[in-house]
This record gives sequence, structure tokens and C-alpha cells, in this order.
Amino acid sequence: MPGDNLLEIENLRISFATAAGVAKVLDGVNVAVRPGEIMGLVGESGCGKTTLANAILGITARNALHQSGTISFHGEDLLAMPGRRMQDEIRGRRITFIPQDPIGSFNPLFPIGTQAMEVMKWKSPRRARREGRGAVGLFGRYPRRRRAADATAVAQMLRAVQMPVSGGVLRKLPHEFSGGQRQRLMIALALLPQPQLVIADEPTSALDVTIQAQILKLLKRLAKSSGVAVLFTTHDLGTAYEICDRVTVMYAGQEVETAPVDTFFRRPRHPYTVRLLESLPRRGRELSEIGGEIPQLTRPPVGCRFHPRCARASDACRNARPAIAQLDGAHRVRCYHPFDEVAS
Amino acid sequence: MSLAPILRADGLSRHFPVRNAFGWRTGTVRALDGVSFEVFAGEALGIVGESGCGKSTLGKTLVGIHAPAGGRVLFEGTDITGQPASARRGLAAKLQYCYQDPGHSLDPRWTVRRSLMEPLIVHTALTAGEREARIDQIMSQVGLPPTHLDLYPHELSGGQQRRVGLARILMLNPRLVILDEPTSGLDVSVQSSVLKLLRQLQSAFSLTYLFVSHDLTVVRAMCDRIAVMYLGRIVELAATEALFATAKHPYTQSLLAAIPEIGGRRVSDTFALEGDPPDPARPPSGCRFRTRCPRAAAVCAETDPLLRPIAPAQSVACLRV
Amino acid sequence: MKALPDMIGRMLRDPSAALGMLIVVLLIAVALLAPLLATHPDAVWNMNPRHRLLPPSEQYYFGTDRMGADIYSRILFGARITLTIASVAVGTALLIGVPIGLVSGWRSNWLGELLMRVSDIFLAVPQIVLAIAIAQTLGPSIENVILALSITYWPWFTRLVHAEVRSLKNEVFIEAASALGVPTWRIVLLHILPNVMSPIIVRASIGMGFTILTASALGFLGLGAPPPAPEWGRMISESREFLPEAWWSALAPGLAIFLVVMGFNLLGDGLRDILDPRIRRARR
Repeated sequence: MPGDNLLEIENLRISFATAAGVAKVLDGVNVAVRPGEIMGLVGESGCGKTTLANAILGITARNALHQSGTISFHGEDLLAMPGRRMQDEIRGRRITFIPQDPIGSFNPLFPIGTQAMEVMKWKSPRRARREGRGAVGLFGRYPRRRRAADATAVAQMLRAVQMPVSGGVLRKLPHEFSGGQRQRLMIALALLPQPQLVIADEPTSALDVTIQAQILKLLKRLAKSSGVAVLFTTHDLGTAYEICDRVTVMYAGQEVETAPVDTFFRRPRHPYTVRLLESLPRRGRELSEIGGEIPQLTRPPVGCRFHPRCARASDACRNARPAIAQLDGAHRVRCYHPFDEVAS
Repeated sequence: MSLAPILRADGLSRHFPVRNAFGWRTGTVRALDGVSFEVFAGEALGIVGESGCGKSTLGKTLVGIHAPAGGRVLFEGTDITGQPASARRGLAAKLQYCYQDPGHSLDPRWTVRRSLMEPLIVHTALTAGEREARIDQIMSQVGLPPTHLDLYPHELSGGQQRRVGLARILMLNPRLVILDEPTSGLDVSVQSSVLKLLRQLQSAFSLTYLFVSHDLTVVRAMCDRIAVMYLGRIVELAATEALFATAKHPYTQSLLAAIPEIGGRRVSDTFALEGDPPDPARPPSGCRFRTRCPRAAAVCAETDPLLRPIAPAQSVACLRV
Repeated sequence: MKALPDMIGRMLRDPSAALGMLIVVLLIAVALLAPLLATHPDAVWNMNPRHRLLPPSEQYYFGTDRMGADIYSRILFGARITLTIASVAVGTALLIGVPIGLVSGWRSNWLGELLMRVSDIFLAVPQIVLAIAIAQTLGPSIENVILALSITYWPWFTRLVHAEVRSLKNEVFIEAASALGVPTWRIVLLHILPNVMSPIIVRASIGMGFTILTASALGFLGLGAPPPAPEWGRMISESREFLPEAWWSALAPGLAIFLVVMGFNLLGDGLRDILDPRIRRARR
């Protein structure tokens, strides 16, 4: 259903110049996120999830050689948007970001209260355009009334992420918090600008499993209650199962399957998805592996990039990438030989 | 499994001083606090816990990288407590430690061949020819072609580096290998091939594994018994299936409840454990878990529970069981 | 290192490093071939007062000095002195400083601390003042210059090695070697030392430039080899009273010193760029 999507990435291709040659990191990726939904982007290392997230935010690395395709956000192409508008309106404001490792995202010298208010100064939903950017973009005005309203919002949000809001907390430095608490803070900072889309890049990979459960619970609850859409990248299928409404699987820069979460896990159709789910260790089941290795992106296989490791590969697979096949309901696969309905 | 344990830890302790900005000692972190357990020949014992529980410290203390503050380590009946690996000579060969990424345990300026030679040169009196023969044998058993011997680690893929690291440990024909987070940070597909390789090596070399990991699903697939650690103590020790079916300690139960189960209930809807682990330099009095325990009572603040057996193959450190 | 030709190739691709390498190679060639390249080899040491202070010409490329000696030939022979002083001083400093650095870096106990404090003391001594003191007591000579320079330069190597060893000690592969039962002496000599060679080489190269500059200053002050040795610093000093008319007698040695020091600095920078990042990147 075109036009329904909040974010629509169409045929995105990005290549980078590296010492070893040109790495074709994204090869015509199509991903869509609907308003208010949690879309999981599942893939192993090298699949391009981080490059995709960076492209949406407009912070693709400078050595990107080639970039084509469109990223539509509310109908507008983000790739064609001028840098200033991206910075003022989109980045950190209508699309925010939760990184994987919160330690590096905080300035170690300033208390978190100061850092939160700094975010609010520039990205608060109450900020008016006429406030301007100040000299060199550094010294904008911060009207007192808005500052008070923002401070209240910060306190409310900290309570919502279950951080203690006693007086001392805002004066503490980032290293005085635990990993789980820092991630809660990042969630708070990502939600304070009242964005429409939050990109969460493996937000729980660095956390212990009990803390991960708490964070996932929190993220799911807050996203649903505020109606924010989330693009949740992960390599862990379990966390994708936990909070996503729909899941897209990527392999080596190509998206291969998209489906609602239950269908995805119960009846996967793409051979890569099937093998991936099978390789999860389970008691009583023989350990299975997917033979071969992830391809070098400087010399990727032609056509479907999974074909060298796929038992079902045929000549068609080796020649051209399969088109998007719309299966029943919202299930989409890009494969010439998908598994049948009654698979695995 | 024979009756005498191949490895035994008795009240093992290891403390780290906590220093402030001036270097003065302001407290002690009891990374290991009275840890006792046994490992039997041929089995795979899993040590699980979250960050700060002491499982990595345990592995390093057993093998002599850290010196313990108290307690004993007995390997094949011999007391090896506190001896650094270089002083162990013959015994060091039999107890080996494998790092999280075995590829990183190789000197980047040495060829694979030289790295593999080193344990033989240091520990054995084999001739050059015998060393070469052993290297070839082990290389084929880890599935690497002999052409890789003259390459440098950075010229190999991550998986191949890992195999070389494992090969180096196997050069001395160890009896017990401590694996420290062997699948941490790996992609799912790579993880399964690593586990498969470890299984193969276990049967090919008749190894005993001490499998340290934070990932319970991996430990469940690989281990016969599991010890759960929390803040420097073992809180539960049981056969794998018994642990998953009838975990008795509240922390173990929370841990199991936190693991996502594809196709099953959603953890993010049901999970109940709140808060963060306490500061390891200032653990709560009595039972360390009581500040987060759903079953805590007054007695839990007074007495520190010891690990005691409650069933033939299950021990728990809890007063409320 | 197996990739020596590869390294040289990379150096040549970087213009400043290539220039540095060229200058150093030229210096060594000149020093070795001085007797062949000099136009007036005998005029280096002998006096020829009738030809004093002649400007540069076809016969005397850089002119003559106050004793009538050909400056060009003196420069060529002076290269030998310069190279000798610099390489022996830096070499000695290296031989003293590196082992001390290894010991103090590996053992962070009282011994390590003591060694570092001792090196701090030597670091606090100003080279020129020490050289003057030595020259006063033992007389001016090249050997005394080398002594003064090496005594004051070794702490630089010690600090460098100490810092590198400290950080390497925490590397996984060093800890793994320990866990494997490799004895300490083997770890330090076969694992740690090769891994700190790169910074040592870089520091040695830059140290050559630094030492040449200081040696020239000492020569200028009259502390080096006694006349008529064609030491560059001394040549500048001797030309002072005839400036600015006989400008060539100061310019030539001055340029020589400048070029050579710059050459070693460029070489050192080039080495740093190719040695360390390549290996660091390769480690992953």
C-alpha cells in the first residue's frame, strides 16, 4: 500500500572506496516502516545494517563512492534534502538514534543533566524556528519559559524510563551509571524530541541478558504508548522476536525476506532465513551450520548474493537478483526457490 | 566419567583493590569469594553468569594468570594454587586456557608455523622433525591446510585465526581446556560452526571443557552440568536439563526467564527482575542477591548461604529453597 | 621484516619520505666516497694560505675558507665526522636505553620505578652544558662529544620502550603466551622486543637529526674535534669573523647541516607512517 509508509527505502545502493577495492555495501535495498510499528532489521555482520541506518540519518561516511535510490520520509527524499534542513529538522528531531554502545555516545566530561538540556536546547519539540542558530551555530538563544518546560519534560521522561529522578542524578557523570542505566538514558534522549522514527542500532547487544530483558520491555512499552515507529537493527533473532511487529532479513547488502513477526518465525521462506533459524543451538538437536562464508563485498557474487551457500541455487540465482515476490498477506521474499508453506 | 575429579577448586578467592584517584585503596572487589566445585574427566561444565559475576576471573585464576587470595586449586590431584603457568612445566601442558578470540592470542608478527612451534619448544624435547609432524597432524585435525603455516595471522580470515589459536592449545595434548566466552560477539551462523568444531575436538582429543559463557542457550547445547555465578559466588550447580527444568535459586530463575524464546512467551511482557546488580565493592550483607530477590526474607540479610546439595545432582546456595 | 622491498616502495610513493630517504642515502654515499668525490682531498687538512677566502668558482665549488682549504672537499669529509658522531651516539643511547626500558616496562615494581627515576635525572641534564663540562675536564674531542650525547639521549629510548612495553603487556597475545607457560625472557625478547622495534627505529631516525644538530652546536662552540678537522659546526664558527663578505664559508656547512637534519626528520616521519599504522591495521 504505497503512501502508507512513514519511511520507505527504495533500491538503495551504496558503495565505498576501500584500500582493497570498491565495496558494494548496499545493493538495491528495499525496506519500509509504517507509522507506529517496530520493524526489525536482522542480519549478521557485513550485511549493511549500520550503513543503512547512517544513510537514513544522512551521515554516510565521506568515502562513499556511489549512492543511488531513494529514502522517502513522509514523502520527501532524504537523500536529496539539503544538509541544513536534514540537520535542523530531521536528524535528532524527527528521526533519532539509539546507538549500540552508550558509553561512547556521552561526553565523559559533562553531567547528564547538562547533556540532556543541550539536546533540548536544539531539538526540543517546543523550539520555534525563529530562535535561529546563533553565531556560528554555537550560541543559540534559550528562552527561559521554554527551558523550564523542557526541564519538566526531561524529568518526566527520566521517570518514564525508570531512572531515579532524585536531585543528584542529573549532576552525575556518564561513567557513574551502569550500562543498563546509560541505555535507558539514551532511550530517554531519543524520545524527548518527540520523533516520528527512532533508529535503534543493536541497543541491547552489549548488555547482560537480564538487563536486556528490562530494556526491551521498556522500549516496547514506550514506543507503543507514544506511537513512535522504531527501526530496530540486530543480529540476535531472539530480541527481534521479542519486540518487533515485522522483520526484514538482510544478507550481504541485500534484503531477502520481510514478514510479520509470527509468520516470519513460524514459516520462514527464504533459504537463508531458514538456515539461520536452524543454526540456533538447541538441546537435543544436532548443531547445524551454514557452510561457506560471508562474501567479500569487494567481489560479491552476481545475482542473489546467497547463492554460493544455498542448497537450492540454480542458474537463475547466479545471473540476476530475484525480484520482490509478494506472498500471502504482508510476506515478501526475494528468491527463485523459496520454501513452501509447510516448511521446516 | 571417572570418580576422581580432574580439577577441583576449594574455596577459591580473588580480590581486587579499588583505588581512588590518588591511588589509595578505598575498598575491595571480591571478584571470587569462596568458589568450590569439581570437574570430572570427559564432561563439559558450563560456568554462566552476567558481567561482574566473576566467571572470567575464575577461569584466569584456575590457570594461573591471576594469583588467588585464598583457597586451593587441585589439578589431577596436584596442588597448583597460585603457580604461574611458566612455573608449572609438565602440568601446564595439561591445563590450557583458550581466550575469547583465539586468533588474538597469536603474535601478529609471527607466522602460524612459528606460533605453533612455540609451545613445543618451551615444553617438550621433540626434535625439529617431530615438531613438524605434530604441527601437520594438529593442523589437519582443526581443518586447516598446511599452506597456511607460512602465513601471518592477519592474512587469515577470523575463523581461520580462531582455528590456529585452538590448534596452538592442542599442541601439548591438554586434558582440560578452559574456554572463555568462545562464542561471544559472533554471528549466529559463525557461532554454530565454532560450537561444532569444539565438539569435534572434544571427542578427537578426549578433552574436558570448562565452558565459561554468558549465553545460556549455547551452554545448554554444549554442557553436561552448569554452574550459575552471581557476584563472585556459585549460586546453583546442576545437571543441564535439571537446571532448565527445575531451577531452584531465584537468580537462576530470573536468568532463565530473561532468555528470549522464539515461538514462546515474550520476555518483554513477563520479565520481572528489577534494578541493577549491586556495586561489587560493597555487596549486601548476608545473601548477595537479596536486594533484588522476590523471595527475600529477614533471615537473608543475616546469613550468607552456602552451596549445599538438595538433590543428587543439584546444589543451591539459598536459604529460602 | 619480510616486506622490506614493499616498505621501500611505499616510502618512495610518499614524496617527503622519499626525499628524506634520498638525503640520507646521499649522506652515507658521500661519507663513504669522500676521497673519490673530493676535488682537493689534500686541501682538507693542509693549509694553503695563498688561496684563502676565495669565492665559489669552477675550481672551488663552495669557495675556500680562511686557511685556503676547499670548502666543498671539507664538507665531504665532514660528512664522515657527522655520520660517525650521530650513529655512534644514537647507537650507544639505544643500547643503553632499550634494555633499561624493557626491564622497567615489564616489571612495574620498585626496580622499574627506580630505573625510570634514574632516566628522569639524566633527562634533566642539558646536553650542551654537560658536553662543556666534559670537554673542560677531559679535553675537546669527538669521543667526548659522543659521550656527552649518548649519556643524555638514552632516556628517550627508555621512556619510549617503557611506555610501549607497558601497553603491550596487556595485549591478549602476550597474556596468552604467559598462560601457555612461555618463560618471561622469551616473551620479552621474542614477542615484545620485535613489536617495539618500529617505534625504536622511528625514534632513532629522528634522533639522528636531533643529535647532528646538537653535535654541530657543540662543534660551533669548539668542543668537538680540534682543528683542522672539517667538522661542520666548527666550520661555521671559524667563518664568523669573515662574515658577511665571505658568506660562502658559512653558507655551505650551514646548508649541509640543515639538509641532513631535515633528511633524517623526513625519513623518521615517513617510517612512522608506514611502520606503525600498517602493523596496527594488520593486527585486526
